[in-house]
Amino acid sequence: MKKLLPLAALIIVVIVIQKMTGWTDTRFYLTQLTMAAYYALLIVGLCVVMGYAGQISLGHAGFFAIGGYISAALTTINLIAYQDRLVIRMLDGFGLLVAGQDIYGDALLVVAPWAACIAAVVCAGATAWVLGIPVLKLKGHYLAMATLGFGIIIYRIVLASAVFGEADGISEVPPLPLLPGLTVSGDFGTREENYYIAWGMLIIGMILLRNLIDSRVGRALRSIHGSEEAAESTGVNTARFKLKVFVLSAVFAAVAGVFLTHYNGGIGPSEASVMKSVRYVAIVAVGGMAHLWGAMIMGVVLNFLSLRGVFGSYDDAVFGFILIVIMLFAPNGILSLNWRGYFRGLFRRSGNTEETGRAIDGTP
Amino acid sequence: MALLDVSRLHKKFGGLHAVNDVSFGVEKGAIKAVIGPNGAGKTTLFNLITGALAATSGLVSFNGAPIQNRKPHQIAACGIARTFQNIKLFHDMTALENVMVGRHLRSRAGFLASMLHMPWTLKEERQIREKSMELLALFEIAAYADVEATSLAFGQQRAVEFARALALEPALLLLDEPAAGLNMHETAEIGKLITRIRDLGITVLLVEHDMSLVMDISDEIVVLSFGEKIAEGVPADIQNHHDVIKVYLGE
Amino acid sequence: MSVELFVQYLFAGITYGAIYAIVAIGFNIIYNTTGIINFAQGEFVMLGGMISISLLPFMPLYAAIALAVLLTMLFGAFLEICFIRWLESPGVLRMIIITIGLSILTREAALHLWGESIRSLPYFIGDEITTVAILGARISPQVVWVIAVCGLMVLFLSVFFQTTSVGREMKACAANRRAAILCGINTRNMVTLSFMLSAGIGALAGCVMSPITSSGYDIGTGLAIKGFTVAILGGLGNSMAAVGAGLLLGILEAFSISVVPLAFKDAIAITILLLILFVRPHGLFGSSTAARLKAF
Repeated sequence: MKKLLPLAALIIVVIVIQKMTGWTDTRFYLTQLTMAAYYALLIVGLCVVMGYAGQISLGHAGFFAIGGYISAALTTINLIAYQDRLVIRMLDGFGLLVAGQDIYGDALLVVAPWAACIAAVVCAGATAWVLGIPVLKLKGHYLAMATLGFGIIIYRIVLASAVFGEADGISEVPPLPLLPGLTVSGDFGTREENYYIAWGMLIIGMILLRNLIDSRVGRALRSIHGSEEAAESTGVNTARFKLKVFVLSAVFAAVAGVFLTHYNGGIGPSEASVMKSVRYVAIVAVGGMAHLWGAMIMGVVLNFLSLRGVFGSYDDAVFGFILIVIMLFAPNGILSLNWRGYFRGLFRRSGNTEETGRAIDGTP
Repeated sequence: MALLDVSRLHKKFGGLHAVNDVSFGVEKGAIKAVIGPNGAGKTTLFNLITGALAATSGLVSFNGAPIQNRKPHQIAACGIARTFQNIKLFHDMTALENVMVGRHLRSRAGFLASMLHMPWTLKEERQIREKSMELLALFEIAAYADVEATSLAFGQQRAVEFARALALEPALLLLDEPAAGLNMHETAEIGKLITRIRDLGITVLLVEHDMSLVMDISDEIVVLSFGEKIAEGVPADIQNHHDVIKVYLGE
Repeated sequence: MSVELFVQYLFAGITYGAIYAIVAIGFNIIYNTTGIINFAQGEFVMLGGMISISLLPFMPLYAAIALAVLLTMLFGAFLEICFIRWLESPGVLRMIIITIGLSILTREAALHLWGESIRSLPYFIGDEITTVAILGARISPQVVWVIAVCGLMVLFLSVFFQTTSVGREMKACAANRRAAILCGINTRNMVTLSFMLSAGIGALAGCVMSPITSSGYDIGTGLAIKGFTVAILGGLGNSMAAVGAGLLLGILEAFSISVVPLAFKDAIAITILLLILFVRPHGLFGSSTAARLKAF
């Protein structure tokens, strides 16, 4: 039961914040909080890969982009011209297509959002699997560079492909209906609804990952990080586990990408940029490589601040700065620093007796 | 049929013939020691058996099935566990957690089942925890279960590594210099421990430098020098073997 | 393809290849002395070009270049002293993230100093339409400058490492740090020196390539990746092989324009990088055993 305490606290905080924005007439905060929650979903997935399995990934924005772009493309590319082709008729037969009208009143035939969503996530997972097999054999700098290279290739592809809108990206992405009555969309009327959808997804993600870490699998992952050689000799199939956790984190990133794209109604090539990948790594590093909650909190806070424009034109510089400072002074994340010791020291210096149990003049 | 059979094993590193045509067997239920001066190729031999290194040529079979060039985790799955010369415990994990990883092959919970917290995984976790605590108690370090493993004293770290290896319920246990860094008293304790492990039905193959330990507990000894086997037999024979004496003490 | 076009592509390839090789050598120098991969390597090239352009209004070209190289070298020393020197046996992951952070900060600082505009040094001889005839093709003299300067740098470096005592001390550091310390070599200064040297050659390359490729605040990242690709291709730490690998990549890229759309030209280097990492991470000329033994 004690384990459920942080979760319950989080749920309460989430609800309280939403109510407060209603009372203080600051409902626009909900938009950034919703987006921040989706980014945090990617980040907690990345945290498990980097912090627990110990594999660095400098290309995770690539998986986010694969999820977002494929879903966006499938739900916006008009197939009406091909409606007589066999493949299209088959897809229609399976109920995967949706007919409608575009803004000019012309007939529109696109893939249904839920089908596009599934296709996008599966694509991302498959890419992670295929990429992971050779890449995860690498270590250290080589692994970093390979994942960086992957991220750049995705970026180049979306930037150069007409089907992905080149530099303009894809817009007019339709809402994603989840359940009857629940839709992911950027409509101002559904702000509260989407806020809860996003945070609901994040909380579910946290629960799943928390369960994973506390399990046999989590131990196996941590053992790989602890000593890969010993883990192998103890019977852990290190290659398989690294691959699976990599794919899992890619799925988290892709889901975040899909949902955020439908929420925003669009996606652009900047979501696939190297800077985004670096940003995610920075946040995981700050939150503490092996602290899931730390990563989540930092993910939400830093993304929220960034989205509110608090960092101004120094946005990227801030994350670069954070990276350096954290890596120099607190390589295990700020939660790992001895805050308690620091505060205790403060108290002692100011003569507070409660902390030390001694009188001010030092007698016990 | 021997439990472990090494047949004409070779390992070359470029020009260096680290293991040169080595053949021997380990009978089930025996304690066999591999000795030899430094650089004789003992740890390389271990690494070849456990799959950490790929053999240049030769055969290693376990229970009649060939295992050379298999991956280490597959070899562990066959029932072979090992300890390391420089203790390799898992960082940032407690002693108990280290041993619990040893139960990995005796449990099934996978990614999906773990994430969804399926009820059967909870029961399995409880069993893993209980068995691991038993092993810690066997080595008298149960009190340190929740201490971070690499912060324990050297002898205690050794015990954790032992416990972790035994958690696999192996048929064959490979011990790489188990007495390294231990004093006389501790070495004697380790000797008793190893014999107790053998009495549990586990076959033991160890590499060791401490001659008193080796002569005391081994049923058979293999002597390596410069990668070649120069003698094999019971302790009494080895002690009087001319080539062995020459290799350790000179002419 | 006509002979003239072929020669044109060839020289374009050699030009870029020379630049990539210099960046790779910069990687190697620091890697050899410290085991660190300096992700900020590309920024040195960028700084060389940008600083010299800013200095140009105040002094003759050669002075601007010399001063820019000097300032970049000081910057390299600054980075090492402030951020790297006092770290105690940092893990690989930590170092990667720190140098990435340094690369980002340098780039952002450049962005705020110089803005997004793209500028370039004037051509050393003549202007952008001057050409000389080489093997039937019309080649800009700047190309000759790039190849000559890079070639001279490589020559200087090999002489430096072979003959001068400082150079030999750096090599000793690279081979075995402990032993070097025991021999009385001040390894901390050697590390700083390696940063300064890498920064210097990068900056000079940045200056000499500026008229052809233009300089902007963000050219560093792409160059770093290509430089790293070349370093790995030749075998990490092997600077002679880096020269060959650099020329190879440059020429491959140049000729690829005739086959793939321009937008994908950059993807070629990355694809090669990934292929090499998957198939032969020790590079075309390295040995796999040595690569595995190198501690990570």
